[in-house]
Amino acid sequence: MKKIIQLTINGGPVEAAVSPNQTLVQFLRDDLGLTGTKHGCGLGDCGACTVILDGKAVNSCLVLAVQANGSDVLTIEGLAENGNLHPLQQAFVNKGAIQCGFCTPGMILSAKALLDEKPNPTEPEIRTAISGNLCRCTGYQKIVEAIGEAANVIRGREEL
Amino acid sequence: MGDYKVINTGAPRIDALSKATGQAKYADDFKMPGMLYAAILQSPLAHARISHIDTSKAKKLPGVKAVVTAKEAGLIKYGVSPARYDETLFAYEKVRYVGDEIAAVAASDLATAHEALSLIKVDYEELPAVFDMFDAMKDGAPQLHDEFPGNLNAEVHQEFGDTEAALESCDLVVNHTFLNKRQDAAFIEPHSCLAVYDTSGQLTLYTSTQVPHYVMRTVAMTLQIPVGNVRVVKPYVGGGFGPKCEATPLEMSCGLLSKITGKPVKMTYSREQVFLHSRARHQFYAEMSLGVMKDGTMVAVKNKAVLDGGAYTSFGIATVYYSGSLIGGPYKLKAMKYDGYRAYTNKPACGAQRGHGGVAHRACFEQLIDMTAEKIGMDPVDMRLKNIMTAGDITVNELDMSSLGMKECIETIRNGSDWNNKKGKLPKGKGIGMACGFFVSGAGYPIYRSDTYHSTVVIKLSEDGGVANVFTGSAEIGQGSDTAMAMIAAETLGITLEQVRVYSGDTDYSVDLGAYSSRQTLMTGHATKEAAEEIKSRIAGFLAEELGIPASSITFGDGIVKFDGAPGNFEKIRSGYIKEHRGWTDPPSGEYLTFREAARMAFLKAGTIVGTGKYKPHRLGGSYKGAAVGTSPAYGCSAQIVEVSVDLETGEITVDNMTDAHDCGLAINKMSVEGQMQGSLSMGLGECLFEEVKFDSRGRILNPSLGEYKIPTALDMPNVRSIIVESNEPNGPYGAKEVGEGAIMPTIPAILNAIYDATGVRINELPVTSERLFMALKKKAEGV
Repeated sequence: MKKIIQLTINGGPVEAAVSPNQTLVQFLRDDLGLTGTKHGCGLGDCGACTVILDGKAVNSCLVLAVQANGSDVLTIEGLAENGNLHPLQQAFVNKGAIQCGFCTPGMILSAKALLDEKPNPTEPEIRTAISGNLCRCTGYQKIVEAIGEAANVIRGREEL
Repeated sequence: MGDYKVINTGAPRIDALSKATGQAKYADDFKMPGMLYAAILQSPLAHARISHIDTSKAKKLPGVKAVVTAKEAGLIKYGVSPARYDETLFAYEKVRYVGDEIAAVAASDLATAHEALSLIKVDYEELPAVFDMFDAMKDGAPQLHDEFPGNLNAEVHQEFGDTEAALESCDLVVNHTFLNKRQDAAFIEPHSCLAVYDTSGQLTLYTSTQVPHYVMRTVAMTLQIPVGNVRVVKPYVGGGFGPKCEATPLEMSCGLLSKITGKPVKMTYSREQVFLHSRARHQFYAEMSLGVMKDGTMVAVKNKAVLDGGAYTSFGIATVYYSGSLIGGPYKLKAMKYDGYRAYTNKPACGAQRGHGGVAHRACFEQLIDMTAEKIGMDPVDMRLKNIMTAGDITVNELDMSSLGMKECIETIRNGSDWNNKKGKLPKGKGIGMACGFFVSGAGYPIYRSDTYHSTVVIKLSEDGGVANVFTGSAEIGQGSDTAMAMIAAETLGITLEQVRVYSGDTDYSVDLGAYSSRQTLMTGHATKEAAEEIKSRIAGFLAEELGIPASSITFGDGIVKFDGAPGNFEKIRSGYIKEHRGWTDPPSGEYLTFREAARMAFLKAGTIVGTGKYKPHRLGGSYKGAAVGTSPAYGCSAQIVEVSVDLETGEITVDNMTDAHDCGLAINKMSVEGQMQGSLSMGLGECLFEEVKFDSRGRILNPSLGEYKIPTALDMPNVRSIIVESNEPNGPYGAKEVGEGAIMPTIPAILNAIYDATGVRINELPVTSERLFMALKKKAEGV
């Protein structure tokens, strides 16, 4: 028996019927076509499916779609505003923090959850915040640099 | 170095925007109307005879559209190298490892496909199995393949010079052994494929691969479809590192099921299936002797390898050759002997992974150099410098180092890491170590014997003249090849990077052997450059004709055209362009003629302007058996220094600093080169300290997940000081060569040499877990 859920995704209301065993990542990808959220392991190990659920970065493969009922979900597709890249996206592009790109959406959302909480993180805090997001391409260095740069840009804007 | 406008800078990747916004599509992101979902049944036993397969119940399950086994798929043998085709799509008669493919199902949804698998009844007679490579080669061991008695999949014996005599003549001979562990490539995107067999009999695969060209050939052969009717399209790929270098049962199953059902069929491996498919780094046992003179001159090396191949060959023949050939440099030797053996075992097949065949033996050899240097009282850096090859040297096994900045790399890291003040002078528990390595910049020969071009490229200008569309079959898998090709095309045509679009990874676009052996920058780069040159010279010719000036007076750069370095008189062309295209919103302007106007004028004279380029290496290497493996038009090289802290109570290792200098010829995109260097070191660090695919006593993988199989996280990797050392490679486009694999070669031995410096303990088995180092420290303390 499917259940009806109502939630906010990327700022807009969504109502849908989902199977009780359907995970949030399956719902986002298969039902809504939001394929920017990646499926890398299905076990919460790799972090590729990270989305922001009510302000927290979560592995969407470990959340059932029905559990997201009434929640506010942000995926990578909802990050750019009015066609302008989020400073994290811009910094990932500029700094060479992207190679294959498969970890990128999850990585950016984990970083966003960090910066929302801590606008001026130290390098160890950045590394800790993305330690659940595996990247096999970059060695993380340029990702850490990009997150640091994005933090500076965001703080600079808020001071204006 | 020339005065370049586009290449040799650090440019953001041309695909970064689409990847940062989630728009980039990977194979599993595709869906088609009427698409079926497929799944594969894999053996639960490591070695068993199949006495009967009953698919009748599965076929009857509502929603199931097709069930296929060896009966439907046939028994055409395939593999990587035609010399060892030892696989069939589905097992017949017997299964040889836990995970061997037996059947596949296509159904209207994934849950039904999985339920159908559970309804397939397979009767097995279990056979004794063998999991250890040394046991496999003993008399009386269970036999995997009748054609290969003694489970000996391949053996190699090569000798250059008289090694025994050379060793006899040495003042000192030092021996060392080394054992690594089977690795998983742990790319974050599992394999996925969508197959579409259409009514015209053409099969199109959208698949996560490094090698569209080879997948096309293998799928055409196994499914008996004319090769001209198979098209392989590679969307964005979430990492490959080697194991995505061959056609998979997933791709062949999807193709077969689509052919049978007439519907699009998709399948994606689970993470566990990625581990079961494997094709990643072998386990290698290395046994080496190095003979030197008292003054540190290296004379001869004796090298033996035993490889645990798993149940099938995959890339294994090349692998076992590489373990020998890649010891030929970067140090001058008088003699070298190599004996290599690859054994079949009842485990998933191993194949190619970053630093193919060379990583474990390089680790052994670079430790051996440090051990030898210590015995003769020489600094390990000095000993390497004393023996180092330079550009123009040819190794004892006839590899031509047409450019080689190895010496510059060593000197750079020595100065960049304060080596002289640190080596042997750090407090207890702190250590510093170094190592070198080199790697091919593109395999000298295709995997199958052929006179084929290794790369062809087509560049076609847009109708308005403003965009160069680069069509290539090469594979962007994250390493940045699309951006490198765009930069080469832009530089050659004299336009901006924004004026180039790259269409890649499609066998219909061009012939390209793909992303393996670090070949694309050099080989696809050559073809791209040649195609762009053809276009440029055609446009220059038309301009010369139109304006009545010599073509030699025309130059292109930054998207504009100059005549004898000046704006010249081009009014006729500009007014023609503007008059003819009143509806177009971006009329050309400015003091100079734009490339766009010139290209449009050329189109009006000759139709669509197309340039083509092609590349294959000149004949390389010696004439001895196996001489092809290790040959390359160029070699990249790297030197690294690593600093570690060891907790002497627990054996826990922290890598504090890594300094890497890499000679990539001319760096096309410095940002990508640094990214490859940092990524290589990360993979090497993981293999050295954490990574091991473990099996239980029945051949089942104990850690087939990214939680239990540990790869480095952001907390494990230090920042790497990456220093690009440029040389001018005569065989590379604009002097460029590889970076993607050479950079991993020194990482493991540099860490191991640093651990030795910190503890006085020489570790010769990976991974160096806290436990392994703790036990070694304990043994040393007890004087064992």
